[in-house]
Amino acid sequence: MCTRSGIALCAAVALVACATPQRTETPAPRFGEPVSAAELARWDISVPPSGEGLPPGSGTARAGLKVYEQHCLACHGAKGVGKPADTLAGGVGSLGTNKPLRTVGSYWPYSTTLFDYVRRAMPLNNPLSLSDEEVYAVSAYLLFLNGIVSEDAVMDAQSLPQVRMPNRAGFISDWPPRRN
Amino acid sequence: MKDRRLFLRRSAAVVSGAATAGFVGRASAEQLAGEPWERVYGAGFTKYGQPSRHEQIGRHCGQLYGELAPGSGAALSPIEALEGIITPNPVHFIRSHSGTPEIDPKAHRLLIHGLVDRPLRFSVEALLRYPRITRIYFLECSGNSSRALTPQPAQVPAGAMHGNVSCAEWTGLPLRALLEEAGVRPQAKWLLAEGADSAHMSRSVPLEKALDDAMLALYQNGERLRPEQGYPVRLLLPGWEGNMSVKWLRRIKLTDVPTHTKDETSKYSDALPDGRALQFTFEMGVKSVITRPSSTMKLAERGFHEISGIAWSGAGRVRRVEVSADGGKNWAEAALTGAERSRALVRFRHPWQWNGGPAVLQSRATDEKGNVQPLRQDWVARYAPDARFHNNSIVSWAVESDGSVKHVYA
Repeated sequence: MCTRSGIALCAAVALVACATPQRTETPAPRFGEPVSAAELARWDISVPPSGEGLPPGSGTARAGLKVYEQHCLACHGAKGVGKPADTLAGGVGSLGTNKPLRTVGSYWPYSTTLFDYVRRAMPLNNPLSLSDEEVYAVSAYLLFLNGIVSEDAVMDAQSLPQVRMPNRAGFISDWPPRRN
Repeated sequence: MKDRRLFLRRSAAVVSGAATAGFVGRASAEQLAGEPWERVYGAGFTKYGQPSRHEQIGRHCGQLYGELAPGSGAALSPIEALEGIITPNPVHFIRSHSGTPEIDPKAHRLLIHGLVDRPLRFSVEALLRYPRITRIYFLECSGNSSRALTPQPAQVPAGAMHGNVSCAEWTGLPLRALLEEAGVRPQAKWLLAEGADSAHMSRSVPLEKALDDAMLALYQNGERLRPEQGYPVRLLLPGWEGNMSVKWLRRIKLTDVPTHTKDETSKYSDALPDGRALQFTFEMGVKSVITRPSSTMKLAERGFHEISGIAWSGAGRVRRVEVSADGGKNWAEAALTGAERSRALVRFRHPWQWNGGPAVLQSRATDEKGNVQPLRQDWVARYAPDARFHNNSIVSWAVESDGSVKHVYA
């Protein structure tokens, strides 16, 4: 068996070798399939600082409190104090001190990252489960907890990207690299 | 005549030899050397091999949030128990944010869209049809060695502090091939890479890197990627922080600006003393660590010991590794294995005679760009008190007079 298939393989190789005596121009393989805009919309969940791609819908901190209590409080504590998971509120003014507290309010440079991250990854045990309204609302609640927006400010595709985070100017891009 | 005498003499020698063997050299069967395993038929074949039961090694597992999220954190390579430069797949370090997803390769898709001429979708079967490349690269989590920043030096094995680094032979395809197939538009400067884990872990990658040496890895050390390493397909960005080599890759979106995801703003940014932070510090710095002898080990006796460890640089090749046994006062150049490779682990070795007195062992790597591994105190002074990414500072192991090896800040 082994010997037989070995001979067959040798014969096949010899045939190929004869057919292509030299390396010829082979077109680059193209195995990608086209994707429709409708399908892309189901996959594209990233939201950059411009807010491009934010879905319709809206929410306020007042509505977000209920979402927070139901889905977030067990890990992030009341009012975002943290434990066991990350602290979400407070710490503004602490970054240059000996005890920096890095939270959404004190450290995150963009509000859009809140919507992006909550929608893609939270709650931990059931991501992609919150409605867009709920994600807007809980984002508004976290901004409210940090004193960045009022309790009744409506967060939607237009207003959320307009929110200026306290640490917006706190990051220095290292790309392109300054080192050699 | 001469011939006959020669024959006789030879015969005599043979006879006397046989006589000697007969009287003192032959042992009975019970006396023959042979351990128990030499006297029984050995085990049969196994389809997938396991290490000797006498050589059990394992990753150092650390959960960031305990049992609340058992797959959030890291499992570090036991570098203190490994040799050479290739990390065996079962102990390659793992860093995951929401555990390891159970992915059906038949259902998995990779999308490439955004600023491209043709948005495309690839099945895993399709990815496996492209011409392949094979490269040896290290991967290091940028949070590696954060445990060496605690106020007091932790007394744990080297791997539990510095084992968020591994090195493997990766096989897959250049990302460039798929980007060219999709047709990258001139406005595209970045891409967002996103995983299919439940964190949908995502990072922005400069297009320059994507078109340079970025790979889509399908195989690791000759076998298909393991689930914890991103099966069925992961991004691999040689020399850059491991977090960007997005596992379980499901989507690549070409963009004009970075997306500023959670893991490139609130995490994986380098906090400075003045309250600001460096963002997009992609390249892993030049680094080395002595793995033998190392923390928690004990030298059995004075005399010869080989000092050995690993070195690497995200900037390219390791040019030199020096070792010191007196806390950095005197340095000697170590012998290197693998120094011809760029962005792969290098093994260094240096002979050492321990005279029984206290010693502080250190290693210091220099790369081909002239970057030198910094002193710990210099690194600490450069960053905020809670900084924990990109610690590439010199590691110190103190050998005490009883042979115990302790982690110290020297």
